[in-house]
Amino acid sequence: MGFYEVTLQLLEGFKTTCILFALTLAAALPLGLLFSMGSMSKFKPLKWLMKTFVWIIRGTPLMLQVIIVFYGPGLVHVGDLTLREFLVLHGGMAFDRFQSVLFAFIINYAVYFSEIYRGGIESIPVGQYEAGQVLGMTRSQTFFRVVLLQVIKRILPPMSNEILTLVKDTSLARVITVLELVKAAEQMTAQYGLIWPLFYIGAFYLVFCGLLTILFNLLEKKLSYFRG
Amino acid sequence: MDGKEMHPILQVEGLGKSFGKVEVLRDISFTLNKGRVLSVIGSSGSGKTTLLRCITSLEKANKGKIIIGGETVFDAENPVKDSARERRRKQLKTGLVFQSFNLFPQYTALQNVTLAARLAAKESEAYKKDRKAAIEEIRARGLQILSDVGLSDKADFYPWQLSGGQQQRVSIARALCMKPEILFFDEPTSALDPELTGEILRVIKQLASTHMTMVIVTHEMTFAKDVSDEIIFMNKGVIEEQGDPQIVFENPKSARLREFLNKFTD
Repeated sequence: MGFYEVTLQLLEGFKTTCILFALTLAAALPLGLLFSMGSMSKFKPLKWLMKTFVWIIRGTPLMLQVIIVFYGPGLVHVGDLTLREFLVLHGGMAFDRFQSVLFAFIINYAVYFSEIYRGGIESIPVGQYEAGQVLGMTRSQTFFRVVLLQVIKRILPPMSNEILTLVKDTSLARVITVLELVKAAEQMTAQYGLIWPLFYIGAFYLVFCGLLTILFNLLEKKLSYFRG
Repeated sequence: MDGKEMHPILQVEGLGKSFGKVEVLRDISFTLNKGRVLSVIGSSGSGKTTLLRCITSLEKANKGKIIIGGETVFDAENPVKDSARERRRKQLKTGLVFQSFNLFPQYTALQNVTLAARLAAKESEAYKKDRKAAIEEIRARGLQILSDVGLSDKADFYPWQLSGGQQQRVSIARALCMKPEILFFDEPTSALDPELTGEILRVIKQLASTHMTMVIVTHEMTFAKDVSDEIIFMNKGVIEEQGDPQIVFENPKSARLREFLNKFTD
């Protein structure tokens, strides 16, 4: 195994890593907003349901969540059938390995994002909404034209953090043998006794996160024209 | 009596407001005529700010009636469910200048002044016919008002680039741009350094000279005496004394008002 062959194989794993990252982000960003609305809801049952959900998701390891989503349906019984068999029989919905990881990741990250959104939205002084109201603006005009950009500016640093964590969390997919970047490197260690690919993939993550950091810094700079 | 006194623009009748068990306003009634300036004084917790917030619809009173320009905008006995458009129309009868300015940080002074007017214009006929002209008209109005408050050279500055006094003048301009029938001020100088209060008081005086109807909640007694046509002194949620500033300040009837005023002469 030369450098070139190793790189090719690692790129296969890296592709999975990137897809998992991108799909999780694309789904969890809007889903998180929905969740945050739930936990800020004036309808108490929904609020408490959401709070409990947030507590469970944030209070258990993502790795455990991945395992449960993948193995759970095969272990729980519905009558004589397992849940997985039941699901396949009635409409063919059973997650494969990658889908299980993706599902667990989307839910987990949406919950973390929702808490960041909530913090951002609640940190905007009530005076901003009141100013909008006395100027005859509707609630949605006040939110979209006045509050939203201030929220984005405030949540950018914690969101950057969370998104960088997501890059590295993708490696948890290996726990149910999804062939992402770390798993790909491990295979080379197991099959050919090569250690250096493990260091090599470190560089993949560093570059990936480095590029994201540059992007976030650009965004922060773009929003630095105002304060508040 | 001059002719103006015949036109009540604001009538408050038996207004009451409680937060939980705490009664903040009790049976507040008064009338204000068009073009007059009313100052509301009283110690903290006397209910002056709540009164202002009830009239400007930021709080919902529990009792009483509010009539602006002959139209009932609030009646606790006969609550109406207004459409968004109706709510906006009633809301815009009053303007409010906040103690803490509440400018929109991401917009320039001019954008702060014109944002709401531009959003409201989108529903107008003139806008649908000629968008550019409608926006240009609002922009010109905004610039004019900014220059009226002495900020023509700050139109493109963001709030953080302005002093507190300048920010408060932008927020006055912002309220004026919506052409309110009555302009309310909630302690407009309380968040400012003493040396910056003068510029705000000058702007309010200048507005008074244009016969803008104004209600000012303030702790600036000298100013209140100087600019107002009427004074209301509030204590524990009721109007303790009201009348002509000369009489209220020189010859207070109520012992509480005398006590209150004494604190300011020290």
